[in-house]
This record gives sequence, C-alpha cells and structure tokens, in this order.
Amino acid sequence: MTRSPRSRSEVVSRGDQGASPTQTNMVQRLTGWWRHHLTMARDSLQRLLDRPWSSVMTWLVIGIALALPVSLSVLVSGAESVSRNWDSGAQLSVFLKHDLNTGTVNALAGDIEDMPEVSSVRGISPAEALAEFESFSGFGDALRNLDSNPLPHLLLITPAQAAQTSEQIGDLSRRVSSLVGVDQVVVDMEWVERLRAMMALGKRAVLALGTILALGVLLIIGNTIRLTVESRRDEIVVVKLVGGSDAFVRRPFLYTGLWYGLGGALVAWALVVLVLFWLEGPLSSLAEQYQSAAMAPSLGVLGALQLLLFGGTLGLLGAWVTVSRHLASIEPR
Amino acid sequence: MIRFDRVSKRYPGGYDALREVGFSIESNELVFLTGHSGAGKSTLLKLIMMMERPSRGQVIVNNRSLKDMSRRRIPQHRREIGVVFQNHQLLFDRSVFDNVALPLAIAGYPSRDIGRRVRAALDKVGLLSREKHMPITLSGGEQQRVGIARAVVNKPRVLLADEPTGNLDPALSAEIMHLFEQFNQVGVTVLIASHDLALISQLHYRIITLSEGRLLVGGVD
Ligand SMILES: Nc1ncnc2c1ncn2[C@@H]1O[C@H](COP(=O)(O)OP(=O)(O)O)[C@@H](O)[C@H]1O
Ligand SMILES: [Mg+2]
Repeated sequence: MTRSPRSRSEVVSRGDQGASPTQTNMVQRLTGWWRHHLTMARDSLQRLLDRPWSSVMTWLVIGIALALPVSLSVLVSGAESVSRNWDSGAQLSVFLKHDLNTGTVNALAGDIEDMPEVSSVRGISPAEALAEFESFSGFGDALRNLDSNPLPHLLLITPAQAAQTSEQIGDLSRRVSSLVGVDQVVVDMEWVERLRAMMALGKRAVLALGTILALGVLLIIGNTIRLTVESRRDEIVVVKLVGGSDAFVRRPFLYTGLWYGLGGALVAWALVVLVLFWLEGPLSSLAEQYQSAAMAPSLGVLGALQLLLFGGTLGLLGAWVTVSRHLASIEPR
Repeated sequence: MIRFDRVSKRYPGGYDALREVGFSIESNELVFLTGHSGAGKSTLLKLIMMMERPSRGQVIVNNRSLKDMSRRRIPQHRREIGVVFQNHQLLFDRSVFDNVALPLAIAGYPSRDIGRRVRAALDKVGLLSREKHMPITLSGGEQQRVGIARAVVNKPRVLLADEPTGNLDPALSAEIMHLFEQFNQVGVTVLIASHDLALISQLHYRIITLSEGRLLVGGVD
C-alpha cells in the first residue's frame, strides 16, 4: 500500500481535532445542510425519472384525482359570480285593493317611491295587466267575455342597490303591506333563494368530493413512498449505523413525496385548463341566454399556484406520515 | 474510554448473550475481543453502538453513561464512533467516494472538505485510484478497506471492528490489522472482535476473551 506523507497527517494525525464534527462552525453547517437539501432534492427527482413509467402513472393518478374537484369548484364559483348579477333582479309586486281610483294609486306609488330603500316604482293598471295576461295565457276570449276587469292595480317595486339583502327586502315588504290600500305584497325572490341554496349544496358537494379525493391522493403517495422505503431498507440501516438522524433519513423520502405531489398538481393543472377550454363555448352561449355577463371560468395564476402548493403539501404530508411510521421499525441489527 | 460495568444482555426469547461482563479500555488502547462463535462479541459491540441496550449494568463511553442517553442522542453518539463490519455494510448503488463521504454528509461538512477528507481516507487505505468505482467491482479485501475508510473519515476517537478479516486470506488479514495498528498509533482507541486467534496472538495487544457470554480473561480489575 502506498501512502503519501500528506495523507498520513490528514487522516491519521490527531493534531487537527479542531475540525471534528461537533466543532464545525455554524456557517459551514448551514451551507452543508443547504447543499445536502439540494442534493437530496435532485437525487429524489432523478430516482423518479429513472423509472419513468411508474412515476408518470403515479403523477397521472394524482393529477386526475386533483383535477376533478378543482374543475368543479372553478365551475361552481363561476356560476356563483354570474348569479350574483341575477340577485339584483329581486322585485316586489304590490297588489292594491280593488276599489282604488287612479289618484289614490298614484299617491301611493309616490309615497313608496319616496322610501329610501326603493329605487323605482312602476305602476301597472288593470287594463295593462289584462292585456299582458291575454297575450301570454291564450285565454283572451274568455276574459273578454267578463263584465268587468277582475285584475287589481299592481305596483312593481325595484329596491335600491343598497337594500338588496333578504332581511332588508323582508322589512320593506312588511312596511309596504301596512300601507292603507295595499292588499298583498309578493316578493319575487324565491327563485334566487333556490338558486343560492343549490349553489351552497354544490359547493359542499365539491368540498366533500375534494376531501375524499385528497385523502385518496394521500394514500396513493403514502403507499408509493412505503414501497420506496422498503426498497431502500439496507441503505437506511447503513445511514443509521453511521449516525444519520431521523431527519436525515427522512429527507430523501420527503423530497420524493414533494415531487409526486408537485408533479400530480402540474398534471391536474393541465387537465383543468383543458376541461375549461372545452367547456368555454357551451358556457358562453348559456350565459347569453340568461342575458348575463359572459361566464369565463378560469383557474388563474393564483389558482394554479394554490393548486401546486396544495399538491406539494399533500405529497410532503403523505411522505411524512408513511416514513415516520416505517422508519422506527428499520433499525440496524 | 470504554467501560462495561457488570453488563448483562438477555435477548427477547430469554437467551443470555452477555452475563455480568465488566472491563475497561483506556483511551489510545488497542484491544482484541475474542471467543467462540456465539460467545457474545457482536452483542458487546452493539451495546457500545447503542444498537442494543443492556438488560442490566451500564456501558460508559467517553465518560458518558449510555443508560441515560435518549433516542434522539443516538445519531450523535454513533458519529463519534467509527465502525467496521464483517459484511462491510456498503451502499452498492453508490460509488466508493460516496460511500466514504456518507458520514461527512450526515455531519453536514461543506463539499470541498468532504472531497479532501474522503481522498485522504481512501489514500490511507490505498484505494485513492478507485474513488469512482462501484463497490461491486472491488475484491472482498478492497471492499473491507472502503468500510475502514468510511469508519475513519470522520476522525472518530473510538474505532470498533466486528470480524474485519472474517472473509480474507491471512496476508490480507495481516494488512488490515496493520491498518488498525496505525490508527491506534495516532491515538484512536480500537476494539476489534475477531476469532482469528492465530493472527491476533502474534500482535501483542490485550485480548479480552468471552465464553458463553462471560468474560474469561482480559478484563482489567
Ligand atoms: N437479536 C437477537 N435475538 C436473539 N438472540 C440473539 C440476537 N443476537 C444474537 N443472539 C444470540 O446471542 C448469542 C451471542 O451472539 P453474538 O453476540 O452475535 O455472538 P458472536 O458475535 O460472539 O458470535 C448467540 O447465541 C446468538 O444466537
Ligand atoms: Mg459476531
């Protein structure tokens, strides 16, 4: 065996104990730690790319599981923002008593219009109402045979922009009902409420679906990581033998989880973009029919970042739980 | 440096691998640990490495009783001890360099220090030219020397070896033992388990002999 004098003094000499591991200075430790993280991140990614098919499969599964609730939630919030415009269409129909003359009706309309919660009032006379009814009911002949017009005066109230909540509209309805000459007030808002209820239901369903699928993703990542841990059992033993801490042993697997999660989120993002692109045409023609602002749901940059963050977090979490559970059982013997 | 205080180890299942073993090893000593197969040599080394804990008695390393050492402290404890195994325990998917660098990476050394120290350690065991090879391409003796380089790269004050010459022919065995002597000469405390009596009795160091878990000869006081 050949030995140079230099190496002898370096390895064998006990003279330079100053650089023993416990005494390495803080900056060196930090850079070493940082470099180790970079190496681990790269190694873990390289290991995934070394087995492209199984990695791509895992990414696809995670991507599909994430894309489903994300697309649905983008669609639901798009629908919600459209329906917010419809909300402002809430109206009150005020049916007046039969025996009022036109002067009293106009005075009443004026009083109502003066209320601060009211934006405008439109009066519909019995004659106008009858004409309108005839034109869309098809019972015109039958009605024309009646002696007198059975329809009352009608006032349509559009509430002010600042008085659109259900309580405010309820208050207004009660105040108007109490006026002399008013027979009945009908709040034309039920369909908006129904829509809101359906929207809330939709959001909950998406949340429930999302939670279930996120759990599924956790399990997928956990199981994949478990197999990785098993396949690297010998290595873990050696690392523990030469003084690797749990954190050190855990690190490459956490990065593996992170890459699975981030890759899955990227796939999910691509799928969501595709789905929304595919739905764009039908959605805008639907929006046109409802005379509402064009609905162009999209994930946006923020949404994409959130999706990546979520995927990465799921990956880390799945890896953390699995590795922590398995690491304790892998000890050098 | 290493003291065993009436240490017994009973494995789950009831087998007494060590019974009331007591001895001490001063720093800078080189001691051989011998005894028939199953005498408890590996068990004794595992207690020092905290791969096992004693059932009774206590083990003291570097003035620290291992009894009160928490699980979290074990990695730090292991970093202060170099260890060589009969079956090398190398990572076969990493190069010779990466294998030797492992303890330094764990301790968080900067990479230029790692390079310098790894090459120094490989030079010391005569494998500098093999740093880029994979362990599988090396002979048994060379693999064992990689294991030794890994054990000393961190400059531990204690070096343990469990049957380091187990699979080697006499000439290679003598060479490996000579390496351990050199580490000892510069102040490393060395404890080598070996049943190769022919070899170790030539070397004139203290020999601790175990038989069926009891210490026969070689304990001080
Ligand atoms: N993990 C274990 N569980 C149960 N018995 C064990 C275990 N390890 C070793 N033994 C037993 O303890 C005795 C001593 O083993 P060991 O310390 O390996 O002896 P040596 O290294 O001297 O050959 C042997 O009889 C062995 O079967
Ligand atoms: Mg043994």
